Amino acid sequence: MRPLGLPGSAASRLLPVVLALGVALLLLKLAGAPPLEAMRLLVEGSVGSSAKVSDTLAAWVPLALVSAGLVITFAAGLWNIGVEGQIVAGAIAATWVAREVPGPAPLLVALTLVAGVVGGALWALLAGVLRTRGRVNEIFGGLGLDFVASGLAIFLIIGPWKRKGIASTSGTELFRPETWLPTVGPSRLPALAIGLAVAAVILVFLLMRGTLFGLRLKAVGRNARSAHLMGIPTERYTLSAFALCGALAGLAGTIQATGVFHKLVPAVSGGYGFLGILVVLLAGFRASWIAPIALFFAAIAVGSTQLSLRLDLDSSLAGVLQGVLVLFVILAGGWRVRRSRARAGSAPQEEA
Amino acid sequence: MSLELRDIRKTFGPVRANDGVDLTVEAGALHGLLGENGAGKSTLMKILSGFIAADSGDVILDGERLALSSPRDAIRAGIGMLHQDPLVFLPLTVLDNFILGSPGGARIDRRAGARRLQETSERFGFGFDPDAPVRSLTVGERQQLEILRLLWLGARVLILDEPTTGISATQRVKLFETLRSLAAQGTIVIFVSHKLEEVEELCDRVTVMRRGKAVGEAEMPCPTDRLVEMMFGKVLVEAEPTTVPPGDPVVELDSVTLRERTITTADLSLSVRAGEVVGLAGLEGSGQRTFLRACAGLLGPASGRMLIGGRDLTGRGYRDFLAAGVHYLPAGRLEEGLVPGLTVAEHFVLTGGARRAFIDWQDARRLAETKIRDNFIVGIPGSTADSLSGGNQQRLLLAMMPPRLRLLLMEHPTRGLDIESADWVWTKLLERRDEGTAIVFASTDLDELLRYSDRILVFFAGQVLRVLDAHETSGEELGHLIGGKELV
Repeated sequence: MRPLGLPGSAASRLLPVVLALGVALLLLKLAGAPPLEAMRLLVEGSVGSSAKVSDTLAAWVPLALVSAGLVITFAAGLWNIGVEGQIVAGAIAATWVAREVPGPAPLLVALTLVAGVVGGALWALLAGVLRTRGRVNEIFGGLGLDFVASGLAIFLIIGPWKRKGIASTSGTELFRPETWLPTVGPSRLPALAIGLAVAAVILVFLLMRGTLFGLRLKAVGRNARSAHLMGIPTERYTLSAFALCGALAGLAGTIQATGVFHKLVPAVSGGYGFLGILVVLLAGFRASWIAPIALFFAAIAVGSTQLSLRLDLDSSLAGVLQGVLVLFVILAGGWRVRRSRARAGSAPQEEA
Repeated sequence: MSLELRDIRKTFGPVRANDGVDLTVEAGALHGLLGENGAGKSTLMKILSGFIAADSGDVILDGERLALSSPRDAIRAGIGMLHQDPLVFLPLTVLDNFILGSPGGARIDRRAGARRLQETSERFGFGFDPDAPVRSLTVGERQQLEILRLLWLGARVLILDEPTTGISATQRVKLFETLRSLAAQGTIVIFVSHKLEEVEELCDRVTVMRRGKAVGEAEMPCPTDRLVEMMFGKVLVEAEPTTVPPGDPVVELDSVTLRERTITTADLSLSVRAGEVVGLAGLEGSGQRTFLRACAGLLGPASGRMLIGGRDLTGRGYRDFLAAGVHYLPAGRLEEGLVPGLTVAEHFVLTGGARRAFIDWQDARRLAETKIRDNFIVGIPGSTADSLSGGNQQRLLLAMMPPRLRLLLMEHPTRGLDIESADWVWTKLLERRDEGTAIVFASTDLDELLRYSDRILVFFAGQVLRVLDAHETSGEELGHLIGGKELV
């Protein structure tokens, strides 16, 4: 997992961004939409007004949280595909608190957040234990647990937690307002959530850069055998990485449930887990790049809703744009590696 | 028909695996390629079979110069290689494996394939059930299948890389019979081995490789002494007497039996004392690594007791052995020792026994600079481990060792190093010995074994064949024992 992402020297890295934009414009043209008008709407729809900025930031929060968590698992050499399920698990745990626990507003908000963190971490530990003890690749284990978590959410929504008289997948009863994550101002800026996400990104950055824990995690991720021989308890570090990522994903799930929907819905994850993987790939696995890239992605996602409203286009264009961008950036990285290898002559191989 | 290799050169980083090899093989004679591990045999054969590309040199088959850039090219030219582990697809059936890789389009003619399989197996007296899964075949049978497949693809040159590893004695007889009849029918057969006995038994002509060069050729039969000398060179080293009188036992094995994959070392009783240097000799894969891993606590003995520094650590984990002052440096420096992508400074932080949660990078850099200077590492604190040369990686590994050690276990301490680095490595190791550390190292370099060891354990097929006093052993004797032959 070497950096194939954006970070690094400047000019040549801009090329994939330009290319991705070109593909997006081409697609718009093919769909019969005026490309430049669409781009304008995209920008206007994401940062055009204080309400839009607020929406963009609300989307940025879970994406940044999940991406920060994924930086940790990627550093440990893990593809934590189970991150979607960890978001859902966090939301479920928070929902339980929001529904069942009495108390005053500030305490309840804190409790939901703690419950979400714990729920996400435990769900991630499941994938971790499956890997370390059960020898189940974390990609398969995580994918399986994603489905289980989403199934569990749906079961709860139409079963034990169904609204009075109706069982509908549109979600549970709205939470009591005391449990809602507080917002600021008329545009409902999710200040507390933003604060948590900023703190998480900074903490992960510091963890990976300045602590023995982070360094050991990198050693385990890059070469578990050497790390083991150095006396590093590799299993414990693998599990810690899972738990930390799960905790941040669970926090994201909580914020989605108590700050955005104010109830548990089946699509509570919003796809931010998989999108987070793209963000981290684009960031070259580095925490320092998470915030801006996640903001860019959030803006595209929020802005694209304007396309469907105003131009009658499907808003999935945002996903296409994000996906194409990541593909081009990784492709460009692969090219660079190839070129530098070709220049250095044949790469040294191991003699058998 | 003849096959000619001219001035083949191939380097892997600083290592010259093939350093201008010339080899001519005539059809009709079984040609042996003999040499110890790392002599360059496998590289040469991989070049011939298109697996890797040579840096320079020519391959000429039947007067025609071949351009080999992939195994596909080699097979088209009629060169087939039977790898050490037969490259079969386990879940597929015998027939599928046989047909696989056959030329032609998407359509598979199973019936024709089955007929050919039947014919060729009868010709060599093999019995195959075409529908049996390959998983159910023994390694020997898989080899037979692979040989048939290569012949069907039109192999005029058949290369066998250590084909007798892992097959039974009867299958070996059968294999040799097949090879003889193939050679008699005009196929060029190249038999790669490091086992003297087999080459003597089978081959009509032998080329010996050493350190990337073809150092000699001989018609068989040829006296074993001459082959040994060609394989290992003239070894005229006197063991250096220990300067420290051996102290208390640091590691004791009490009728220990070790089991790892195909290796079984049965009922081994042995002790190594402080300040002693013990060399492990033998062909690679004869059990030395298993022994070292057991002493490091990475492999629990199947039976018997294991004591480190007088304490019974049988069945305890690696970290307990670490805490008892055991340190293990395996052969793969970047695979089992260093972490590619992390810097020299980061390596020192990881192994420096730091207790604090936060790293003081300025401090770490200063420490790294000191260690780099003291250990003559060519690099800076920010160099990644994988960017260092092999010699500097070894220096880094030694510099990362904790200060007080009871037992140091090493595989190939100087493999691939230039003379200066090798000397430096041993200077450092002997300093440790003088402090009372016991050193156990595996090596295939007879010179190194004889020069630095007090005692030498000779491994053969998993067993400790002999325990020799290094001061009273000649290179010739050791060479014979490594090949599994007593010197008469």
